[in-house]
Amino acid sequence: MVTRLLVSSGMGRRSVSVTERNVATLRSAYWIVMVSGFLEPVLYLFSIGVGVGGLIGDITLPGGEVVGYAAFVAPAMLAASAMTGALSETTFNFFGKMKFMRLYEGILATPVRPIEIALGELLWAMVRGALYSAAFLVIMVVLDLTTWPRALAMFPATILVGFAFGALGMTVSTLIRSWQDFDLIASGQFALFLFSGTFVPLAAYPAVLRWLVEITPLYRSVHLIRALSTGTAGWPQLLDVLYLLALLTVGLTIAGRRMSRLLCK
Amino acid sequence: MLAVLEYHLVNYRRTWRGSALSSLVLPLLTMLGFGVGVGSYVAGGVDGVSYLDWIVPGLIASTAMQTAIGESTWPVLSAFEWLKTYFAQAAAPLRVADILGGHLAFMLFRVLISAVAFLAIALAFGTLHSWWSPVALIVAMLVGLSVAAPTAAYAATISSDSYLAILLRFAVLPMSLFSGVFFPVESLPVVLRWIAYALPLWHGVDLSRDATLGLDPGWLGLVHAAYLIAWCAAGCWLAHRRYRRRLVI
Amino acid sequence: MASLIRARGLIKRFGDFTAVDGIDVDVRRGEAFGFLGPNGAGKSSTMRMIGCVSPPSGGVLEILGLDPVRDGPAIRAKLGVCPQLDNLDIELTVRENLTTYARFFGIARKVARRRADELLEFVQLTERADSKVEPLSGGMKRRLTIARALVNEPEIVLLDEPTTGLDPQARHLVWERLFRLKQQGVTLVLTTHYMDEAEQLCDRLVVMDGGRIAAEGSPRELIERYSTREVVELRFNAESQEPYASKLEGVGERLEVLPDRVLLYVADGDEAVAEVHRRSLSPASVLVRRSSLEDVFLRLTGRTLVE
Repeated sequence: MVTRLLVSSGMGRRSVSVTERNVATLRSAYWIVMVSGFLEPVLYLFSIGVGVGGLIGDITLPGGEVVGYAAFVAPAMLAASAMTGALSETTFNFFGKMKFMRLYEGILATPVRPIEIALGELLWAMVRGALYSAAFLVIMVVLDLTTWPRALAMFPATILVGFAFGALGMTVSTLIRSWQDFDLIASGQFALFLFSGTFVPLAAYPAVLRWLVEITPLYRSVHLIRALSTGTAGWPQLLDVLYLLALLTVGLTIAGRRMSRLLCK
Repeated sequence: MLAVLEYHLVNYRRTWRGSALSSLVLPLLTMLGFGVGVGSYVAGGVDGVSYLDWIVPGLIASTAMQTAIGESTWPVLSAFEWLKTYFAQAAAPLRVADILGGHLAFMLFRVLISAVAFLAIALAFGTLHSWWSPVALIVAMLVGLSVAAPTAAYAATISSDSYLAILLRFAVLPMSLFSGVFFPVESLPVVLRWIAYALPLWHGVDLSRDATLGLDPGWLGLVHAAYLIAWCAAGCWLAHRRYRRRLVI
Repeated sequence: MASLIRARGLIKRFGDFTAVDGIDVDVRRGEAFGFLGPNGAGKSSTMRMIGCVSPPSGGVLEILGLDPVRDGPAIRAKLGVCPQLDNLDIELTVRENLTTYARFFGIARKVARRRADELLEFVQLTERADSKVEPLSGGMKRRLTIARALVNEPEIVLLDEPTTGLDPQARHLVWERLFRLKQQGVTLVLTTHYMDEAEQLCDRLVVMDGGRIAAEGSPRELIERYSTREVVELRFNAESQEPYASKLEGVGERLEVLPDRVLLYVADGDEAVAEVHRRSLSPASVLVRRSSLEDVFLRLTGRTLVE
């Protein structure tokens, strides 16, 4: 459905013009913020993966393979940073542009439609996210936490993760009432970050929590990327991909519809 | 100064729900996710205590820092650039020291609240091992002021919030990850270890750990405290200078 | 000739509230068409419907022969919109505001740059091209918004309260630029609650009140139809102007009592003033002026335009 929409009637071109606007805002200070975005997961990797890893030693994967703690945590950091990047652009920044800067009011007076604004912003988040992921993957290979072929397989997976969370973030943005709600989003995001099998295998959680975690989007992302990173991918990962594709489609559909309702009263 | 503090407290009455949630829920989640989750994989514990017991005091100090940073970045920039609250206050018969002091006092109030909440949770989890534990609150306040004051000075100097993002990414995040909260600084390479020693958080983490685990800090405790106080004093002096440059023309 | 904008029984409802209550409008090519009315008359809602960002609740609306709900993007490609509140992009410079906006219309980068330079020249902002938007004055921001609305060389330019909030000098500069546009044959549709603005700019206008159209015509026609040639404004030093109404009975064709003055609608002002003195009344101040759209509005609705 998405692809059909994209090819029809200049939709792609108009979406890209919204992305271009974001490129034009890049200024000296913001550039540094942009470029250094990849640093955050790297710092986590060194602190938790290497530092705490020194206290933990090796981790045994569900399939029986034994990996160092850093190799266990790194793919999870990658998935989590794809999530964080996509969400910050599509929630906080998106909401600010919509309500505070009234940027979209101006854009809507042009042929660009609400869904195209959503796609353009999403595309922007993805360009950034892809750069960060690529940098992180290079670091992973250099630290010997994975191999080049596996890193190449993980790259498209991180982009899928980013798109899925971006679509989710946009849907959430259209439901936000005020800035106060961002505290809720931040808490939810942090909970996902901590409990999605990121730092310890799922087996460490009590059974009830484990079932809950199984259905969260970040867990599915970590599950997918970790399997690719450790070379243990199989049929279960197809389920992850389908899950993320479904999230993307549903998220975009709802976000486009709700944006039209919010902006075109 | 009290009038300014009162202003911030009145404002806070409208928005406390959201921050109360995050200042209770986030530490709780960290404690569960890290202390309990990761802790179960740290076989021998650290320094003779369980990993959970070991990171809780670090998390208290680290949360104090996060709260202080949160209150001294966007709110300060906004009071200068967007809402212009400071200029409105400067039009009243208040000195620069009152405006700055009142706001810092409010920040410390927020730090104290979140530290008390964290300490209560830690008590419920049975991770406090000494009657000295409440001292961790004083340590939290010291850590809070030692980062809030210089950060407020920085926020008073910049014009765009991109610079705040830079501060968070290049200073705050590394400090919170490498100051001995999650793993001992001794396992850092020498150069990084000295950077950790130079920054305020590690001193607070160490003091806080001594307090909840009931360890005798010895003369190093005095060094920690003196070093944090030096950061507070230098930060306040710098912030006062910056505020005056902006408010008194 | 077919109308560029054609509305029949156009309605806009927000829940129980009816903002626009069945209006008929025809805007012809090349004219400057105005919606005159006080705040809350339904002008902005009408403009948003014409701008294809607000679907009508009822009635017929055609813009350039197209349906705004179905053909929104195609219509907006040929419209220029200058909203009531500036929504310029504060993260971009003055010039970038024009060039990035042009990209939303699919205009090639090179063309966009050239057009941006021409438009900056037109609105006299060339010197500020590389400045951020924030430090510009209100008048400059409004001129930039107008330039932005012209970036796609629109067939119709929609201006919602183009000079509200500007100081007199800035207003005249905006009027002068809009007049220049009109001369170039651009169709202007504007809303305003300033009668002087409507008189200066509009070839034809409708007077709106409570979501309905109270009258339609050129400023001159409306004044001739609903008012007299001249108006005498009398102010009496008293708590209330009311008692003087009976004493002024029959001086002019019509009389309006406002909280601070009495208006006499007459053919000859000086003649009427003489009559006032003959009745041995001594107002604190006397002003004779020509009738304006303000008087038309007062006559039609019993209220003044700007309170």
